[in-house]
Amino acid sequence: MTTIYLALLSGALGLYTLSMVTGFFHLFQPRPQKTLWCKRFILAGASLHLLAFLERCFQAQTLAVTNLHESLSFFALLLGLAFLLIGRKIPLPTLGAFISPLLVVFTLWALATTHTISPQPPILRSFWLPLHVLLSFAGNAFLVLGCIISVMYLLQEHLIKKKQIKGIFRNLPALQKLDESSYLCLRCGFPLLTLGIISGSVWASFAWGSHWSWDPKETWSLITWLLFAALLHGRMNSGWRGRKASFLTIIGFAAIMFTFLGVNLMLSGLHSYAAH
Amino acid sequence: MHIVALGLNHQTAPVATRERLAFKAEELPEVLQRLKDEAQLSEALILSTCNRVELYGICNSLESCHERLIKFLADFHQIEATDFVDNLYFHTDSDAIHHGFRVASSLDSMVVGEPQILGQFKDAFAIASAEASTGLILNRFMHRSFFIAKEVRTQTKIASNAVSVSFAAVELAKKIFGDLNDMKVMLIGAGEMCELAARHFINQGVEQVLVTNRTLSRAQQLADEFSGIALPFDIFRGHLDQVDIILSSTGAPDFIIGPDEMAKALKKRRNRPMFLIDIAVPRDIDPKVNELDNIYLFDVDDLQDVVTENLDQRRNEAKHAEELVSREVEKFEQWLASLSVTPTIKQLREQVLQIGNQELNKTLAGFSDLSPKDEQRLKAMVNAISNKFLHHPINYLKVKNDNGDTMPATTIREIFKLDEEDKKINS
Repeated sequence: MTTIYLALLSGALGLYTLSMVTGFFHLFQPRPQKTLWCKRFILAGASLHLLAFLERCFQAQTLAVTNLHESLSFFALLLGLAFLLIGRKIPLPTLGAFISPLLVVFTLWALATTHTISPQPPILRSFWLPLHVLLSFAGNAFLVLGCIISVMYLLQEHLIKKKQIKGIFRNLPALQKLDESSYLCLRCGFPLLTLGIISGSVWASFAWGSHWSWDPKETWSLITWLLFAALLHGRMNSGWRGRKASFLTIIGFAAIMFTFLGVNLMLSGLHSYAAH
Repeated sequence: MHIVALGLNHQTAPVATRERLAFKAEELPEVLQRLKDEAQLSEALILSTCNRVELYGICNSLESCHERLIKFLADFHQIEATDFVDNLYFHTDSDAIHHGFRVASSLDSMVVGEPQILGQFKDAFAIASAEASTGLILNRFMHRSFFIAKEVRTQTKIASNAVSVSFAAVELAKKIFGDLNDMKVMLIGAGEMCELAARHFINQGVEQVLVTNRTLSRAQQLADEFSGIALPFDIFRGHLDQVDIILSSTGAPDFIIGPDEMAKALKKRRNRPMFLIDIAVPRDIDPKVNELDNIYLFDVDDLQDVVTENLDQRRNEAKHAEELVSREVEKFEQWLASLSVTPTIKQLREQVLQIGNQELNKTLAGFSDLSPKDEQRLKAMVNAISNKFLHHPINYLKVKNDNGDTMPATTIREIFKLDEEDKKINS
């Protein structure tokens, strides 16, 4: 059965790669054109990816996010879905060109790590675990998407300030749309992350008897959460937007990446992938 | 049968010459008739705009056609031919087709890709065809030109970027705000360029226009025109935070807006972005303003750079368009060539049938007791013989023509002496 799973996942990787190629083509060509294909490839890739994930969950009889391989793959899937969702609300041509490389990297990395199904310690089995994982991952996916959009914002902002009205400028979306869409990602991602942390805390009290044990992942989640809370507050109440908000979003991205991967790969704690 | 095009344009002639040779739209019907008669054209069309005067026509022989056209222009406008003959270009056949296609596609325009020329060409054609001064060939030539112009417009980006300073400002605004529907615009001063830009912004659906000027009455006048609001000059700074786009073109010797005012305005509007366009020389807005976050200031040189860049892009796109046009010229020439085979076939049929009927009439005269039915039979026989006799030659002509070979048509015309000159020699 793993062959079907791997085939689906590889198919998704292929489609993500195609979306990256078409995305770059649209981004760098001097004659702006409709960027439909890039998005279609991501849609097709994410569909295969979703099938692969469901197959995996069926095999593991649980939400299959237990080791590094599954986490990377699941994150890529959610990032792709977040991209498609946000795109329905605020269409951003050429965003696909910036998102698809991440999808490719994460999926490729997932395929390169051991993909055996890790047996779950009985202590972790609970209704709260999948909920915690799903919410945290979804929150992070939106926040990472917002960060990519902020990178595009800074790029376009720089080009307009420096009056470089040519080349890639023509193919990048309008500043205001980028800013709005980054804000939208924050408003979607932050509540999900908050709920993710709360559900994790509830589950922790069942599993370990304490809500919060200050293990590195928890500490870093809190740091990330505080960063985005500050950003959301600034955006809502203090008129933070544009460059300032974009820089903060990117710092937030670094925090997410460290919480998500850095902590697991460099520090050890309760959240280590299949370390038990 | 040849297509000819004679004319002059902004590149070959100064405006003084162009205006002397221009035709008024209302005199065209009469002029077209004269042109056909005097220049011996079977079809004619005149395109007269502020940048070009061009005569298109179909003539049977190129001999002295050029001279007749020049003489027509000189006679009609009552100018010496020597005054303008050096400014003229004269194209024939494929060159004339190529020229017409390029003009319609706006590749020959002063601002490459500008859209007006196509409309002007269509008007010229409408007048000519209403006067029945165009026929089979020019009709098709024009329809083809218009079709190609459309193809060029959709398949290349030749007309996609602004090439005027005022429109460049609108395009930049779109790159900052996305759509301009809820935007408010403030006009400071009342320069012509400012007004033009304001009009572009209104066409893009901006919500409101505020106008301020040192003379309030002038501001009021403009505000009325744009159904906006006039502001006295001494209080406009208090309203800076309410607008998203500022167009400034006063005659003030010094800066009238500095970074401090803008920083205050930004704070009041909670950093919502602003786009400032300074078209005044000397400048109205301190360039330091551009260093503020969320403010984008463009002065007239910046906009001019955008325009230059866009023009370069258009020229690049024009190369694609030229290729497209060249392909279409070839296609049109093929169609023209196929024309010559059709009259050949028709004349050949007529000639053979004519001979048959002549002989039939001679024969019938010798009979006295033929019933009408028998007479019909004999006629049918003559028809059948000529048809069967011509069946293979005509097929041969058609097949060869479809393969692009027009030589057989010429040969057949010679063999059967289908051309009038040949007939005269014969008789």
